[in-house]
Amino acid sequence: MNAPEPTGGELTPTEMMTIAAARLLVNYRVCFVGIGIPSQAANLAKRHHAPKITLIYESGTIGVSPGVVPLSIGDEALASTAESIVPMGELFGCWLQAGRIDVGFLGAAQVDRFGNLNSTVIGDYARPEVRLPGAGGAPDIAAFAKSTLVMIRHEKTKLVPELEFTTSLGYLDGCGARKRAGLSGGPQAILTDLAILRPESQSQEFVVDQIYPGITREQIRDATGWDVRFAEHCREIEPPSPEELQCWTRLRNETIEARQRPSAVISGPPAERR
Amino acid sequence: MTAFLPLSAAIAEHVHDGDFLALEGFAHLIPFAAGHEIIRQRRRELTLLRLTPDILYDQLVGCGCARKLIFSWLGNPGVGSLYRLRDAIEHGFPHSLELDERSHAAMTVAYAAGAARLPMGICRGYAENALERVNAKAHQRLDCPFTGERLLAVEALNPDVTILHAHQADRQGNILMRGILGVQREIALAADKLIVTVERVVDRLARTADDCVLPHWIVEAVCEVPHGAYPSYVFGEYARDNDFYLKWSDISKSREAFQQWIDRHVLATQDHRGFLDSLRSELGTRA
Repeated sequence: MNAPEPTGGELTPTEMMTIAAARLLVNYRVCFVGIGIPSQAANLAKRHHAPKITLIYESGTIGVSPGVVPLSIGDEALASTAESIVPMGELFGCWLQAGRIDVGFLGAAQVDRFGNLNSTVIGDYARPEVRLPGAGGAPDIAAFAKSTLVMIRHEKTKLVPELEFTTSLGYLDGCGARKRAGLSGGPQAILTDLAILRPESQSQEFVVDQIYPGITREQIRDATGWDVRFAEHCREIEPPSPEELQCWTRLRNETIEARQRPSAVISGPPAERR
Repeated sequence: MTAFLPLSAAIAEHVHDGDFLALEGFAHLIPFAAGHEIIRQRRRELTLLRLTPDILYDQLVGCGCARKLIFSWLGNPGVGSLYRLRDAIEHGFPHSLELDERSHAAMTVAYAAGAARLPMGICRGYAENALERVNAKAHQRLDCPFTGERLLAVEALNPDVTILHAHQADRQGNILMRGILGVQREIALAADKLIVTVERVVDRLARTADDCVLPHWIVEAVCEVPHGAYPSYVFGEYARDNDFYLKWSDISKSREAFQQWIDRHVLATQDHRGFLDSLRSELGTRA
């Protein structure tokens, strides 16, 4: 799920998801990127159609152009290309909580129909069945970015009727509850590997808005843990253009190559003893 | 006065069973050599603090060094799970681990408060923060006395010992580091004692005005350990070994494979140089 997958001609569903997410990012926006697929989508957007987007990683690197997709949120390519590197306290306080982020990316293990997220535990908190990574920057991105995009694999155990732990807030239980809780913003889309869901304006429940090429409504119903509905105008998403495909393939291949380069620390001759 | 010590002597002298320790580094400058030396010296019952416990804390917990973990995100960034940490939390192996879990934002203000010797840090709070519920000891609500805004108060963090890795020290013990510094300054100042491993000790720091210099009089000990952050990286010196991070999942997935790796590369080696030679010879065998 996290590393770019080498493929032949056909796009994998995950790759379609990456391209669909990249399309939602535009020039002159300030985007708080997460690792994994969000990072792939953000770097694809920057290469393909949004060279003037500002990408920020939580390591405190602002305005980066790493070239390939970094593996971690603090790779050297982020530091060496950043317009500014700030301490993390400044990033979360003066940039995120102060309202300077237009769009934040969020991943999670579970999402509910109102876009609330669980990235903490499956099962009991004290003795969980599965211990997930935890909050990191997510709850504050979810609360204080002007908008967010959620990326998650479309499976019944992931798009669930009820979260086992609420790590990050979407629209709480809908119908304006988020606003009443004192928060603006909120998730504008959930991107899966089958479809894009968007919140209905009144209920704020996420409904299927666009479907990827070759995917059926039945497939989506079967893979969703709640009784998912389809927007009236729901249609198939535009397939990737040849330019998008070419740009993505190059980014993916260059990224894989860069990650496999052996480290000079342990592949060269031993250093002289000082 | 700053002491210049071999790493093994610095750990023996300054890190004790039951201590509250921070080995920080946000993907950058992670003090791996120091962590491995703690494993070699078989420290126990440690409280480990870090925003992002990664492979190094997976190793320390897997080796049974820790009693408690204070953190905000545990995972191998871009790769997946830390299986030794999960084994401890999910199954209590090698023993159970007490958790004090916060968000990145809450941790950064707790570090800054610790550095300033204040009892708490403050962030913008928000409704329904579930971490406040499961970790009420570290999170409390507070009404701003000026505006009435409901804020989140976070308990300050002050480790007994902070260990960092840096680019250079001069012969007085002034420390230079550059690149992504994350929370390094705050955690250096929050600790009772600061130990720094460095790539090299030099007569004069190769600094520009905006490089972070920690003054010698807050540094307890300096240890020269070339490549001491490997497999993480030192900006401008050597790159992160992403291939190693990608392979870690297979090593840490099973208790047996993990123990074999630790036995061979950490416990059977004398020091960080021996550790790197051991990895180099394994790489040579495979090639």
